[in-house]
Amino acid sequence: MVPLSYYLVLSGVLFACGVTGFLIKRNIITIFMSIELMLNGVNLSFVAFAAHWHALSGQIFVFFVMVVAAAEAAVGLAIIIAVYRTRETLNVDQVNLLKL
Amino acid sequence: MSLAFQASQALPRGTDYLRILPELVLSIFGMIIMVLDPVVDQRRNQKALGTLALIGSLAAIASTLWQARAPGLAFWNMVQVDTFSVFFHFLITTITAVVILTSYEYMEVQQIRVGEYYALILFGAVGMCLMSSAVELVLIFIALEISSISTYILAGFRRRAAISSEASIKYFLLGSFATAFFLYGVALMFGATGSTSIPTIEQHLRSGSIPVLAYVAIALMFVGLGFKVAAAPFHVWTPDVYEGAPAPIVGFMSTAPKAAVFAVLLRIMFQIHAPGRLGLIWVAAALSMTLGNIGALVQQNVKRLLAYSSIAHAGYLLVAFAALPQNGIPSAMFYTASYAAMNIGAFAVVSHFGGAGERYVTLEDYSGLGRRSPVLAAALTLFLLSLIGIPITAGFFAKFYVFSAALQANLVGLVIIGVINSAVAAYYYLRVIVVVYMHDPRDESVLPAVPLELGAALAITALTTIYLGLLPGRVLDYASRSAGDLLH
Repeated sequence: MVPLSYYLVLSGVLFACGVTGFLIKRNIITIFMSIELMLNGVNLSFVAFAAHWHALSGQIFVFFVMVVAAAEAAVGLAIIIAVYRTRETLNVDQVNLLKL
Repeated sequence: MSLAFQASQALPRGTDYLRILPELVLSIFGMIIMVLDPVVDQRRNQKALGTLALIGSLAAIASTLWQARAPGLAFWNMVQVDTFSVFFHFLITTITAVVILTSYEYMEVQQIRVGEYYALILFGAVGMCLMSSAVELVLIFIALEISSISTYILAGFRRRAAISSEASIKYFLLGSFATAFFLYGVALMFGATGSTSIPTIEQHLRSGSIPVLAYVAIALMFVGLGFKVAAAPFHVWTPDVYEGAPAPIVGFMSTAPKAAVFAVLLRIMFQIHAPGRLGLIWVAAALSMTLGNIGALVQQNVKRLLAYSSIAHAGYLLVAFAALPQNGIPSAMFYTASYAAMNIGAFAVVSHFGGAGERYVTLEDYSGLGRRSPVLAAALTLFLLSLIGIPITAGFFAKFYVFSAALQANLVGLVIIGVINSAVAAYYYLRVIVVVYMHDPRDESVLPAVPLELGAALAITALTTIYLGLLPGRVLDYASRSAGDLLH
């Protein structure tokens, strides 16, 4: 059997990849995909912990997370389209009317 | 284990539904509005849909008061109705009603004719109400998302304005980023204790040595929630989003979701007895107060100024989280209530004065407002004085209780930082008041009259600000009882 720590390390790596992608990528769609990667990292640790504690609830949470992620994607893509319509670009460096 | 299937209790009972009644009422009204929106005449019935939403939020206030008489757990220990949840339900549903009142004129002036605006406010309120009564981390996550997704859309509601969709995308990306951190914290807490139910986690952490994983989990959850309440160092999105989003919505999202997230933070920090609480809170509170106030000093746009002020106020509020539970909880609750009153009022003035396309939002535009519209100027002055923390306004007692709670916990350093910051903050709030009263108007044109609904909203917020500043006793007593409920 694969030990718990392997799964946790993998989930941590996935999450870290997502964070890195969020911070260094310039295209809004790619940034959005990085967030999905972070959520999938979390899902993996939920499943791993569910197996560790023999608690079925951990597996069920993953479904909740997937549903919420889907809802978020629907809204997110709509907002991205709204931005593209007014700006004709999806590069975050050019979406800069508001000074950061 | 919260989701365990137990045959005898597999079906929900009547009391279960009573304990989520405000959420049910809000959802039903939201759905009715969504269904009616395409079939009614857009031009004439915008106001009718708004009124329907207003009735919905008033019904939610009534059902909150009804629900308060039957406290207890519902849905297999996932939802808990007690004085604590009732306090936040009442606060959030009232904020919803007042924000709907401030929106009527705004929608008219900006020529936004879509009914789902009101439906989204109600759906957002559903999530926020649920956050304050949920005692299950996964349910809290779902409620947090219901509230966030609604506010992402609302932030971009001036679709034709480029800055509004930009505000929306920034809010969306950073908000989802923060949610992922919160969720990772939940997963690790599940790993550390084998449960996501707050009472079970508390027992587990209390019974044995605290696993390292629990510290990491609390820190990650704090990062996620810190983003949502705009606490430094997770505050960078705030000024941009507040500048671009519609003004009544800024009033909404700077108060209602914040109140709900602070309710969750109170549960996590005090009910779970979060390990490592003091260090996290200390740093975040000190940074938020300082960065918020320094940022506000140089702002020329009133919406941005209020955004930085909102960061600073999140900092003052966080000071209460570092105090002892028995006086930290009531002072934090009192602060959320008084901050809601004064901030919604301030944004109501900003949204009325902004005009079509929100053209008049810089400090110079406000010059001579005292002569052009004495009523608006007086209301704005009251709210700004309250934000400073001048006596006989709500802001004074809010700050007083937070700082005295912190002093009782021997947090002298944090209180000194807070008091210095309050003094700095007085400068930029007073600067607005000086511009309003002392400068000559740049534009002598007559301002549109304040419509009835907006006048009602201003009256409610102004009276609440003064009431809490003169007679804070009743609200504070209720908050203290809630603190007792929260700590058993």
